Amino acid sequence: MDRRVFLKTGVTAGAALALGRYDNLFANYAENIDMVAVKGGEPDIMLDKAIEAFGGMGSFVKKGQKVVIKPNIGWDVDPERAGNTNPKLVGRLIEHCYNAGAKEVYVFDHTCDDWKRCYSTSGIEKAAKDKKATVVPGNTENYYQKVTIKEGKRLKETSVHELILSSDVFINLPVLKNHSSSKLSISMKNLMGVVWDRGYWHKNDLHQCIADFATAYKPTLNIIDAYNVMMKNGPRGVSKADVVQMKNLIITRDIVAADAAAAKVFGMDPATVGHIKYASDMNVGKMDLSKLNIKRIIL
Amino acid sequence: MNLGFLKKLRVFVSLLFFVLTSLLFLDFTSSLSTALFSSITYLEFVPSLLKFVNLLTFTSIGFLIILILNIFFGRVYCSTICPLGTLQDIISFFGKKFSKKKKFKFSKPLNKLRYSILVITTLTFLGGTILAVNILDPYSNFGRIMVQFFKPAVVLLNNIVSYILESMKLYWVYPSEIRGFRITSLILPVICLGLVGWLSYFKGRLYCNSVCPVGSLLGIISKFSLFKIEIDLSTCENCGHCGTVCKSSCIDVKNKTVDFTRCVSCFNCFEICPTLGLKYKYSYGKESAVLSSEEENDRRKFLLSSTAYLLGYAGLSFGQNKVKVYTLNTVPVFVKSPVSPPGSQSIERFNHICTACNLCVTACPTQVLQPSFFEYGLTGMFQPRFNNNYGYCNFDCLKCGEVCPTGAILPLKVEQKRVTQVGRAKFIKENCVVETQKTDCGACSEHCPTKAVKMIPYNNLFLPEVKEEFCVGCGACEHACPTIPYKAIYIEGNPVHKTAEKPKEEKIEKKIDLKEDFPF
Repeated sequence: MDRRVFLKTGVTAGAALALGRYDNLFANYAENIDMVAVKGGEPDIMLDKAIEAFGGMGSFVKKGQKVVIKPNIGWDVDPERAGNTNPKLVGRLIEHCYNAGAKEVYVFDHTCDDWKRCYSTSGIEKAAKDKKATVVPGNTENYYQKVTIKEGKRLKETSVHELILSSDVFINLPVLKNHSSSKLSISMKNLMGVVWDRGYWHKNDLHQCIADFATAYKPTLNIIDAYNVMMKNGPRGVSKADVVQMKNLIITRDIVAADAAAAKVFGMDPATVGHIKYASDMNVGKMDLSKLNIKRIIL
Repeated sequence: MNLGFLKKLRVFVSLLFFVLTSLLFLDFTSSLSTALFSSITYLEFVPSLLKFVNLLTFTSIGFLIILILNIFFGRVYCSTICPLGTLQDIISFFGKKFSKKKKFKFSKPLNKLRYSILVITTLTFLGGTILAVNILDPYSNFGRIMVQFFKPAVVLLNNIVSYILESMKLYWVYPSEIRGFRITSLILPVICLGLVGWLSYFKGRLYCNSVCPVGSLLGIISKFSLFKIEIDLSTCENCGHCGTVCKSSCIDVKNKTVDFTRCVSCFNCFEICPTLGLKYKYSYGKESAVLSSEEENDRRKFLLSSTAYLLGYAGLSFGQNKVKVYTLNTVPVFVKSPVSPPGSQSIERFNHICTACNLCVTACPTQVLQPSFFEYGLTGMFQPRFNNNYGYCNFDCLKCGEVCPTGAILPLKVEQKRVTQVGRAKFIKENCVVETQKTDCGACSEHCPTKAVKMIPYNNLFLPEVKEEFCVGCGACEHACPTIPYKAIYIEGNPVHKTAEKPKEEKIEKKIDLKEDFPF
């Protein structure tokens, strides 16, 4: 290499290192926001507003990064039953990721019902493919790799989908709903869709396992879809009558705060939901929302 | 007229049917349309006949088309539509390539053997058991061979391709897995492939003319065919070529006769004859009645139903992965009745119509349908049943009824399917996580599509409760139940399917004020 060129690049690189990450300079005004809660709009519009409040998607996704989005696609039910994440929201989130310069965006879930039917009936497969995301299945064991959970009390090891392990950015995109096993299904519960053996969790203190997993695999961002909310008969629901339109959206990096806020939207005290309480006790995040800087937007 | 073109036509049609039929049985991704399934299987003789006699519907008269063709031109079915026949032709083709014996020659018919098999099959069927039909139906045998031998190979290939593509970050082909392999499911396909392979490699279509009851039945009808293949004595030059290419060994060159009951209408002789000395000739035959409705009524009277459940105990649950802190539960599960697929109406009805072709086993996207062994008893061997260790019946899925060629599984509308109760969930509290570990679980209720399994308060925790009237027997609860070695919730089959109550819809009274401030 030419000596001059070497020096030049060296100096430039050094300067860049010294100055740190430029994007933070521009995102600074949003830096101290812990959570954005939006209400009263369509799912995609609420997402736009929330991301704007955070200073743009660039706060979470950098140019050239690999992004994995984990919606809830657990059930073979159509969008109005609210058993799965709203497909509109999935579509718009993918757009935001690509606009922020993401190199690749992946979408998957380890479904409960037959995965092909879930992907299709939920409308998420189409929404994701329309926005050029790669839709990946999660229903064969070969995708899962063994990991250890150091701080886990009951869950010491489990197998995690390779995309979670290999992506730069992990966006958790759950739907808020009633749940017969875990009382509520929000951000932490949604992470049961990135592991292989859920039966182990179920028979070894479900709430504790959910909290344990959250100590090790915290998403970059949690976006909670509370547009249509299944108030009973969750997580699958039996009819449209289970659903109430609330038109809420909550975004935060703190997975415990996310669940605490969503529980309140649902009308429950987060401390009564085992896994939220446990995760808070284990300092995974903050259940006490009074200590957070929350930006509230009512459209 | 030179009829040599008929051979080329026969080869084309047979390969077309062979490839399409094979695809149906290998379609592990459920990506082929159900219209293709029904149009291909429409002409399969035994399934179509069974569907007709059991449903008395004119939408399933594929077998009549076969019979009419047979009455005109002989056993056209055997050389074109029957997939087992074409499989033998393929093996025979390679047999002639690689073995020293390049030529066929005339042999005497094994009448005693073939007609006794036909009689036994018919009598046992009329007597109420379909077992012999199942074991001998060429289409169903072909299906089992495809599903048990070739499907795993295709899935393996698929997974290799998927692995290679995914290492290049291309998620075009998805890996799949075959769940529920059982060595007993290999019994029939191993025997059949062994026998058919051996006979066809050395003896052409001997299987079709000595074992296959469909071949024998169609052969009897061939006796009365309007047009038969005969040697034209005026043009024949005694070259004997025709006898050397006859897969059925039914051309007696010495006496210049053709045993048309054994001829499978392959038309090889037409092509090879240098003088056009082999011809279809009009003969004054009479038509034969096939199955009168009287016989059908007799059959129903003689149904032997009592043996079906004698051996009907389902296997115990299989263990799961290693456990560290979990305490094992103790109450063994004994299932009295297996679960037959939704649309089969009752186990008795199902056992009498299903030929165990395994088409639904491949088509079932969740793999809950698995070939049985003794669960249905002797007469229902190898017919599919629910095995919730490997999956559960997806609530809105209608696939098995859509593909079933015999009418053993009738197609359902989605509204019917949602209330078709094939079995009922039974809860064993002593085995439940909530009881043995004193922690919440709820996997069963979570998966329940009708919320027949609900969680009710119990010692500061929540315990499952089953409301059987809402249960459809899909097995989601049993599949999801994580307890070992025994399940805490399982499905007891309904010998006669029932109608479940629709889940109650209660509107939620909750006022939503979109302008109200957040609750935090």
